[in-house]
Formats: sequence, C-alpha cells, structure tokens
Amino acid sequence: MVTCTCTGCALLCEDIDVIIENNRVKEVKNACRRGAARIRGCVNRLEPSVNKKQADIDTSIKKAAEILKNARSPMLFGWGNSTCEAQVKGIELAKRLNAIIDDNSSFCQGLLIERILKKKFRTCSLEDIRNRADVLIYWGSDAQDSQPRHLSRFSYFPRGEHRQHGYEEDRTAAVIDVRESSTAKICKGHFYRIPTGGDRELILALMDALSGKVPKYDKRVLELAGIMKKAECGAIFAGIGLTYSIKDDPDILVALADKLPNFNIMPMVGHYNMRGFNENLFKETGFVNRIRFEGRPVHNDGYAVVEALRQKSIDALLVIGSDPLSSLPGSIVSHLADIPVICIDPCVTLTSRIAAVTIPCAVSGVESGGSAVRMDGRVVELPGIIENNHLSDQEIMTGLMEAL
Amino acid sequence: MPTVMELYQLLPKTNCKKCGESTCMAFAVALLSRKKNIQECPPVLEGKFKEQKDKLESLLLPAAGAEETGLIVHPELCTGCGNCVVACPVDVANDPKGAGIGGAPTNDKVIFRVLDGKVVASNIKECRRFGMNRVLCYACIDPCPTGAIEFV
Ligand code: SF4
Ligand code: SF4
Ligand code: SF4
Ligand code: SF4
Repeated sequence: MVTCTCTGCALLCEDIDVIIENNRVKEVKNACRRGAARIRGCVNRLEPSVNKKQADIDTSIKKAAEILKNARSPMLFGWGNSTCEAQVKGIELAKRLNAIIDDNSSFCQGLLIERILKKKFRTCSLEDIRNRADVLIYWGSDAQDSQPRHLSRFSYFPRGEHRQHGYEEDRTAAVIDVRESSTAKICKGHFYRIPTGGDRELILALMDALSGKVPKYDKRVLELAGIMKKAECGAIFAGIGLTYSIKDDPDILVALADKLPNFNIMPMVGHYNMRGFNENLFKETGFVNRIRFEGRPVHNDGYAVVEALRQKSIDALLVIGSDPLSSLPGSIVSHLADIPVICIDPCVTLTSRIAAVTIPCAVSGVESGGSAVRMDGRVVELPGIIENNHLSDQEIMTGLMEAL
Repeated sequence: MPTVMELYQLLPKTNCKKCGESTCMAFAVALLSRKKNIQECPPVLEGKFKEQKDKLESLLLPAAGAEETGLIVHPELCTGCGNCVVACPVDVANDPKGAGIGGAPTNDKVIFRVLDGKVVASNIKECRRFGMNRVLCYACIDPCPTGAIEFV
C-alpha cells in the first residue's frame, strides 16, 4: 500500500492509500468517488497524433513546436491540472514564443485569487478552519459537490482544536445560493436563496445590517448578519456563483470583508492547481492570468481565452489539462475549428478530438510527481506512485523548448 | 419496513413457544429487530403455511443486503464524501485523531470507511442504535446529502 495525494480537486487530499498490483491501481482508500475515479485513470487514454493520424510522441512534440513557432499570435491555455513545475516551464515557453498565456481562472476565480495575493482579503488555511472556525458561509459555492470532502475534512463536520463538540454545537453553517444545492440540504436551517445576480444586493444589505442600519431587504438578512457578527472565527467560502455575479465590481466583497474583522475569505477553487498557476504567474508578472509576453509581460483583458477566441485574435492554441470545447459556449469556441489546436492531456477529451496535434501525458499525482498549491495556498507534494512510460507535463514542456 | 402487526398476522398465532419466544407476538417483534429469523418458527415452515411464509420472507427481504443490525449503504447514491465517517460518534470516540478530525481512519475500530469512492460499514455492533443502552442515533443519516444510508 502506498500513500498518494489526490488531484481530483483543489483540496489535494493527502491521506489516500492505494493498493497497487502489477503496476495497476487495485483499490483506493479514503478518496471520494471523484478522487477514486481520477486515481484509477482515464477511460479512454489519449494517443499521440498529428493531423488525426497516429504518430510517435517525439513527432507530435516536434510538430507542436513547429506550429507554435510559425504562429504570429499563439496562446498557451489550461494549466489548472498541471504541476507547479510544469506551469513554471510553461510560463518560460510563453516568454520564449512571445505568446499569450491564460488559464481557467480567467473565467473562474482569478478575480478573487488576485485580491488574496495582493493581500486585500484576510484569509487562512484549511487547518485553521478546522481548528477554529465557528461560522461558515458557503456563498455561491456547492462545496459538497465540487470539493466533496470539504465539509468532512475541514469545514463543517470535523472536531478541531478549539471545536471539540461536534458540528451541531460548535459550528453554524449557512448557504447563500440561487438554488437548493447539496450543501444547502446539509445546512438546512440556514439556506438563504437569492435571485440570479442578486449577490451584490445582498452584500449591500448585509453591510447596512452590520453597521446598524435597517436594510431594505428581506428580514432574514438581519438574522444572517446576526450570525456573522457573533462569529469568533468566520469564513466565507466564495464560490464561482458569487465571483461571476460580482465580476464587474469585485471590490464590493473587499468592502464587506472590511466590515467583518473576524472573517476570512477563501475562494473555492476547482482544478487541483489553478491557484498554483495564479501564484506562479503572479510571481513572474504581478498578474494572475491574461498575459502576453512582448519582451515584457503585458496584461490585457483581450488576452482572456474567451475574448481571444471571440475576437479571433489568436492563430494557434496549445491546451494543457483543460477542455475548452466542453466548458466554453459554442459561439465562442467556433474559432477553434479555424486554427491549429495542440492538446496535452492524459485522456481523450472533446478538445483532443478536434486537435491537430495530441500529446498524451501522465496523470499527475499518480503517474508523475511534483508539487501543487491547495485552494488555501498551501504547497502540497504529489508523489507519483505508479511507474509508467508517459511523459509528465513538465517533461513535455521541456521537450517543446528543446524542439524550438 | 413492515410493522409488527403485519408480521404477526402472518404467523400461526398458536403461541406454541417452539421458537423460544413466549408468544407469536414476541416472535414477530424479534423478527422485526432481526434477532430471530423465520426458520426458527417450525410450524410456519410446514406446507400449509407456505403462502404466509413466502409473504413473510418478501416483507423481510429489503433488509437482506443489510448488515445484521439493519444498516444499509446504497452504493449507487454514495459520493464518498466522508461526512458520515466523521459525524458518527462511534468513529469519533474510537479514532479521535483520524476519522474524528476528518482524516483517513487510523485504526480498524471505526464503523465507516471509504473504499473505492464509496462508504462501507463494519464493526456495526458498536452502533449506538443497538445493544443495552441504545439510542435512536441519526448522526450518520442527517449529514448525508444523498440519502445513501438507511436503517431497515
Ligand atoms: S475531495 Fe477532491 S482531492 Fe479529496 S479525494 Fe475528493 S476529489 Fe480528491
Ligand atoms: S414457534 Fe411460531 S407459532 Fe410457535 S410461538 Fe413461535 S411464532 Fe408462534
Ligand atoms: S446510527 Fe449513529 S452510531 Fe450508528 S452508525 Fe450511524 S452515526 Fe454511527
Ligand atoms: S455521507 Fe452519504 S454520500 Fe457521504 S460518504 Fe457517507 S453515505 Fe456516502
């Protein structure tokens, strides 16, 4: 039996025991269903190919390098499912190519992570949450479905150093969402339903209530403000629902946090190392995404994958560990049919099916090691646990650099 | 789940005591709590009670896949989230530094553990719903978002 880190989501659970027999996973212990599936690997393994014809891996890498080299405006996109080591190499590659680099956070949690890195919010570790938190607000986040062990490992159910009595006595959990999610079902008594896009209004009402004014809002906001006021150690788990809804004015959440001195803000990240990419790019450029290297890094919203595809401003796309064809609206991805796409992934995806070049990689955490950044910012080691012949993301990046 | 009366109605109602209980009613109670099984009533096994016996068996069937004490996990509903693992008071008491703080169980004394993404139950005799000082505990059922745990 070996212990591994699950890369099924950004909780990066490190307590997973795996029994391996004949170099194959026989049994996975302690991982949730999603994690166990991730550790067991793909249903359909990606094969190396060039122009839809099978090729050996070196040929695919060479062809990919050629496409990138000949492009005027190439983009490197994905990164949330790659190790930090691969991300750092990817940023180097972007520099070398004068390419645009962007990741899923540009239509996900980038806004909040950037504010965390710029220290605009107070935040804390998941262990702090377990040991201290007494008020938990899942806002626009269905943690129970998206990070299945969030409530059991850290936030709601476990006993912690200063929370020894079990969740019924020691913790109050509330859900703010547009629908009754799985998390809302668990936090039965404290579900606050809001209309789609109604987050800003609720934030304003809460700010009024917290400063002793009477908000023009449903009376239950007073009850929620009361719970938040009494917190010794509170946490707002900001989900994608909240982030989308306040994307034009994310600083409104900073303003709310300023009124809640005992609260921490934690953006709920999906892909296991999206935060790692944001941190690595931030270190290099001062921004978390949407960068083009032109001798120096330039940040522009036009370099967001969604904008670049809409404006048809890129002429080659390398996708690593992401599946834009399935996650972005059809009207935006139509441009993918007109440009060469290079797809690096362990498994067959919708995007890999249309790609000009496919390069299979190892499943990180299982077939290759490295490090990643958990949703709360802690660096977690990923030991690879199964010997195999697949190149890691990092090795593929090195191969591309060499081929250039 | 059948009621005691439903089961009783199908028994021979002769209070012959061959099952070791003093009345058929007492046997029905024992059947329901799974302390006895139908085979322990010799009269009902006789041919003339065949219909009743089949009915009894089908009434008690849903529990066939259950642990001896009536706990069933529906694997198709379970997401392996582990809420029940950490919420069960027996798990907390028997493994305070592992399951009790939300981590992987560190010993074999826990009731719940997650294998291949789904919960399996063992040591079920430790469950607070059974034994001398039993209480009607819901600590594993309430936190389960999918209704995957059931007692029959
Ligand atoms: S919660 Fe996330 S990291 Fe943990 S086992 Fe499940 S998928 Fe893996
Ligand atoms: S053996 Fe059957 S018939 Fe006799 S008392 Fe028990 S239940 Fe009734
Ligand atoms: S009923 Fe209570 S004691 Fe029994 S398994 Fe469920 S949580 Fe544990
Ligand atoms: S709480 Fe329910 S879904 Fe979660 S592990 Fe337990 S049985 Fe499965």
